[in-house]
Amino acid sequence: MNTAALALATATRQRVHWTERLAHGALALVALVLLVFLAGPLLAILQKAIEDNDGHFVGLANFIAYAQTPALLDSLWNSIWVSTLVTLITLPTAFGFAYALTRSRMRFKSLARTITLVPLLAPSLLSAISLIYWFGNQGALKDWMVALGIEQIYGAPGIVLAETFSTFPHALMILITALSAADARLYEAADALGTTARRKFFTITLPGAKYGLISAALVTFTLVITDFGIPKVIGGNFNVLATDVFKLVIGQQDFPKGAVVALLLLAPAVLTFAVDHWVSRKQTAMLTARAVPYRPKRAPAFDALMSLYCVAVCALILAMLGMALFASFASFWPYNLTPSLRHYTMGLVDAEVDVAFFNSLSMATGTAIGGTLLVFVGAYLLEKTQRARPLRSAVRLLAMLPMAVPGLVLGLGYIFFFNAPGNPLGGLYHTLTLLTVCTIVHFYTTGHLTAVTALKALDPEFEAVSASLKVPFYKTFWRVTLPICTPALVDIARYFFINAMTTISAVVFLYAPETKVASIAILNLDEAGEIGAAAAMAVLIAAANTVATLLFMALGWWVDRRTQAWKA
Amino acid sequence: MTPSPYLRLSGIRKEFGSFVALNGIHLDIAKGEFVCFLGPSGCGKTTLLRIVAGLEVQTAGRIELAGRDISRLPPAERDYGIVFQSYALFPNLTIADNVAYGLVNRKLPRAQAKARVTELLALVGLPGTEGKYPAQLSGGQQQRIALARALATSPGLLLLDEPLSALDAIVRVKLRQEIRSLQRKLGVTTIMVTHDQEEAFAVADRIVVMNQGTIEQVGSAFEVYRDPATLFVADFVGRINALPAVREADGLRVGTQLFQCDAATLNGHDPGRELRIYLRPEDVLARPIVAGDPNVFEAQIDKIEFMGPYCLVRVTSEQLGSHKLTVYLSLNYLAEAQLEVGSRLPLRLMPERMRVFG
Repeated sequence: MNTAALALATATRQRVHWTERLAHGALALVALVLLVFLAGPLLAILQKAIEDNDGHFVGLANFIAYAQTPALLDSLWNSIWVSTLVTLITLPTAFGFAYALTRSRMRFKSLARTITLVPLLAPSLLSAISLIYWFGNQGALKDWMVALGIEQIYGAPGIVLAETFSTFPHALMILITALSAADARLYEAADALGTTARRKFFTITLPGAKYGLISAALVTFTLVITDFGIPKVIGGNFNVLATDVFKLVIGQQDFPKGAVVALLLLAPAVLTFAVDHWVSRKQTAMLTARAVPYRPKRAPAFDALMSLYCVAVCALILAMLGMALFASFASFWPYNLTPSLRHYTMGLVDAEVDVAFFNSLSMATGTAIGGTLLVFVGAYLLEKTQRARPLRSAVRLLAMLPMAVPGLVLGLGYIFFFNAPGNPLGGLYHTLTLLTVCTIVHFYTTGHLTAVTALKALDPEFEAVSASLKVPFYKTFWRVTLPICTPALVDIARYFFINAMTTISAVVFLYAPETKVASIAILNLDEAGEIGAAAAMAVLIAAANTVATLLFMALGWWVDRRTQAWKA
Repeated sequence: MTPSPYLRLSGIRKEFGSFVALNGIHLDIAKGEFVCFLGPSGCGKTTLLRIVAGLEVQTAGRIELAGRDISRLPPAERDYGIVFQSYALFPNLTIADNVAYGLVNRKLPRAQAKARVTELLALVGLPGTEGKYPAQLSGGQQQRIALARALATSPGLLLLDEPLSALDAIVRVKLRQEIRSLQRKLGVTTIMVTHDQEEAFAVADRIVVMNQGTIEQVGSAFEVYRDPATLFVADFVGRINALPAVREADGLRVGTQLFQCDAATLNGHDPGRELRIYLRPEDVLARPIVAGDPNVFEAQIDKIEFMGPYCLVRVTSEQLGSHKLTVYLSLNYLAEAQLEVGSRLPLRLMPERMRVFG
């Protein structure tokens, strides 16, 4: 016992090479950034939740006060049942679509897939705006809706419908991945044993997609319960947790209760994150390297049925996108539908949203460049350098944490943290820089995981070989790692850009009039009753993102030619 | 006085948490020697190589390279070239850039580096491939490039971590001969990790047989095969027959058969003790059989496994208490003597080849 302890205490330690010191310094810098801009704000929320408005410690008093406010409890219940309902609608719809894309031989698959991904280019509340045009007080199909027994779209019906549209692409992507990971040999074995199609579906397909289904359900639920834009636009008097946070903090300046609600929002997100983490570990183990990819066989009747289904879903999505597009060009809905640029010129200029649009573009550019740089360097230092274990685990945890933090909660933390008297970084408050940093942190994890995946695909011995040849790690980073990973870098930058253009929840707390961004401008225009201009702004964002996507594709193509010539 | 070794490992110990991966490793390697670390997977051979390279840090122990204590030096301050099973060639760099990777850093003039690359590519038998990318070469060719890259800076020590395991059988045999002759030509001290004993036999001056984190035996291929130091080595290297035996006054009894063997073999084992005899299949002979030889017994063929020029024949014998025994019989002999499953034949144990373990 004693000798073992002694041996441990005197265990040989390798002398640290100066290049390694450099790597550790850089990693510490990444940790510092994440501590200040992620851990700090989150701790500020925790602190606010157990203090009163004057900063005195009150224990759980705020939680008790919350539980004794019936209106707030109503919101909690509303949030839960609406999110559950949306999950129950989205999941089967997306599963059917994913099934059609992966298991049928229907035509125009890539077109169908592209259409379903277009909504991701626009702020999620675009669907809420479209619904107002379809079913609102002056909606095109309001009579149909009333005939179905729904009195008005504002409230739960609008939220459920709009959220279903906005969460559909997210659920779909997860399910496509899950259903693509099929081993053809299982189906061949089943066929050899004369298994019916129905039995194959329930014994092979569904169990194989089990983890994807769990993960998609959780992601959908969390997206809905933490979303702010849609309930704000189409919620009417129907309150949910996300709108409560905003009202409590911005309206009533009741920071302690706001913090309590924020913590409530954090709970499902953390749960999702934990389960998703567990699920992804299970999922990777399922498909071995020797699996044979499944290729669907031609089955005319089934393929036709699936095509019909996909056409219907795509038509609904296009109806949503199209209505916002159409309405943004309509002179004066619903009385004069002749196309005009009125909303784009007068409406937007009046509200000074041209400023907001350029703010958005510069924030998105800053997020794309700064975020990609930070994420990639951070992931590289984590994956490819050695030792400094405690620091490494800390950075790894901090890099995964943003996934579990809803934007609204992060934004609230930023107010509490950066607006606190005495914070030397207080000068950042209300600046576009802070909005940019907040957005980087908000979307950090997905970028991080993309970078880690790209880095893990590299031979783990590159660094060992370099060291044996006495080449410092940063040279190998520059000459080998970076060039090989540039396609992943382009992906990460595009992801950051598009999300920075459309994000609302994190930045809604942080802007000042001169740093307002386009997605926030939509909310303000909608509040001012300028729904035509709001639609125009949403369309502008979607257009900018479409152009950006095309530019990123071109960049990706160019980068591929420049740096990937070695691929045989 | 013997010359001091080029590489000296003393008291190397490695723990991963509570798991002891290596313990009490002492090993001297002379300059210019080709040594193989041989053992089953998980025996610690790769860990030991990585400790020599500084890629893992030993928990305790000392490493000296060319008289210099390198125990605590980071990899970049040691002096070795390394080749991995995965080749680890930089895929985005040309073959020339790969080979010159370590040269560029030494501020070697461009022309000189270029000449060195040409020389090395000729050395590994791939001249003219400078402008290609690794993906355009076969696995065997890529491993040669990795070898050239490791040798480019003329390191004092060459470390090979299962360099041939990813290649198919024919390439493997060819490349191991080339590695061996290259090593002879350059005289570079080399350590190769392998789990393939045939590979170790073919190239190594000395083989270090490892098991469960310790060294079982160090010796030439012949010594390790003919004179295994431990039960593990006898079992792991080559094919072996194990027979339970009892020590009698003048020999060893298996079943009812008393085998006579020399005193040296019996030395150190008390009469009446239960022992195990280890004997290689080629040390059981079908001919010549001399009548009256005490080490001859009658056997019956259970199974014949065709291996090409010879067959692996499994026999039993009532005399031996129905223990199974594997022997090699040539195809020609089986045909000549008209032997098949069920045939009976006399066999003779070579007593001087027996290894006895208590």
